[in-house]
Amino acid sequence: MHELSIAVTLIEIAEGEAARIGGKVTALHVQIGALAGVVKDALLFSYDVASADTALAGTRLIVEEVPVTVYCARCACEYSLASPQPLVCPVCGGGTPDVRRGRELQLQALEIES
Amino acid sequence: MSEPRLVEVRQKILKQNDLLARELRRRFRDAGVFVVSLVSSPGAGKTRLLETLLGRLATEHRVAALVGDLATENDAERLGRSGAPVRQIVTGTVCHLDASMVERALEGWALTDLDFLFIENVGNLVCPSSYDLGEDLRLVFMSVTEGEDKPRKYPTIFNSADVAVITKIDLASAVEFDADAAHASIEAVRPGMEVFSLSARSGAGVSELIARIERGREQRRPAGAAV
Repeated sequence: MHELSIAVTLIEIAEGEAARIGGKVTALHVQIGALAGVVKDALLFSYDVASADTALAGTRLIVEEVPVTVYCARCACEYSLASPQPLVCPVCGGGTPDVRRGRELQLQALEIES
Repeated sequence: MSEPRLVEVRQKILKQNDLLARELRRRFRDAGVFVVSLVSSPGAGKTRLLETLLGRLATEHRVAALVGDLATENDAERLGRSGAPVRQIVTGTVCHLDASMVERALEGWALTDLDFLFIENVGNLVCPSSYDLGEDLRLVFMSVTEGEDKPRKYPTIFNSADVAVITKIDLASAVEFDADAAHASIEAVRPGMEVFSLSARSGAGVSELIARIERGREQRRPAGAAV
C-alpha cells in the first residue's frame, strides 16, 4: 500500500518545516486530488501508523479532497466533476481530457502552537 | 497556551520524486535516448511484449530495458535473451517504481549509447500512477481477458499514461471480448487517448506500436540533431 510511503514522506517534510519555523505542530493540512492516486482513509490510517514514534505522534491529519476540474474547449469554461470518470463536460457532454485540478498531493499548511 | 497559527507550506508531497524525475528527463533528452515505460495489472503481457519489442527494435536501434518486480530476476533473464542490456530492479515490498530506483539502476550505463530505454513497472494498476519516472511515453496495458470496463475501474492510471495498449487480441474471440466497449471505456476516462491493439504471440498490431514509438523519438529530437 503506497499510502504508507507517502505518509512517511509527508512526515519528513512536516518535521523539516516545523524545525525551520519553530514551535509545536498540532495538525497537518493536506490536499488530495481525485486523480492523485491516493485514498484519503488509507492515508489517514497510514499517517497514524507512520507518525507513532516520531515528533509528530498525536498530531491530526486534515485532508481536503479536491475534485477533478476540467476545461471544456467547446464551452470555453471550467467545470468541477463529481467523479474522475466519465471525463466529460457536464453541459455539452463532450470528452474533456484537459484536467486543470485534481492531481494534487500537497502539504498545504501546518498548525503550529508557539 | 496561545492560539495555534496556520503556517502555509504548499509543498508537493512527492516533490522529491518529481525533481528527480525532471532531472532524469533532462539527462535522457541530453543523451538522445527515448524512454518508454509500461504499466498494467500483473499478467497483462508487458514482459512478453517487451521481449518482442526489444527483439525487433534491436535490428536497427540500440535498446535496453529496466524491469521492476517485488521478487525474482526472472523477467530480466527472460528479456536479456534478446541480447539487449537488461537490468532487474527488485523492489522487495514496494509496489511501484520511483525515480530514485530508476536512477540507481542506470548507474554504469552510458545513456548516449542508447536510442531506446524501456522501463517495465511493477505489475500494479494503482500505485505507479503517482510516480513520474522521467519517461517520454507511458504505455498502459490491458489484456482482452481483463474486462472491457477495466479503464473505468482505474481512471487514475489511464490518466497518468499517454497511450493505451490492448493485448492478447489472439484470445479475443475465445473470451468474447467487446472491442467497442473497451474503446468506449478508455474514451470515457481519457478522451482522445490513442489506443493500440495487438498480440505479442501472433505479432498482429505490433508494427503499429513500434511505428508509434519510433515516431515519438523522431518528434522529440530537436531540429538539426544528428541521427
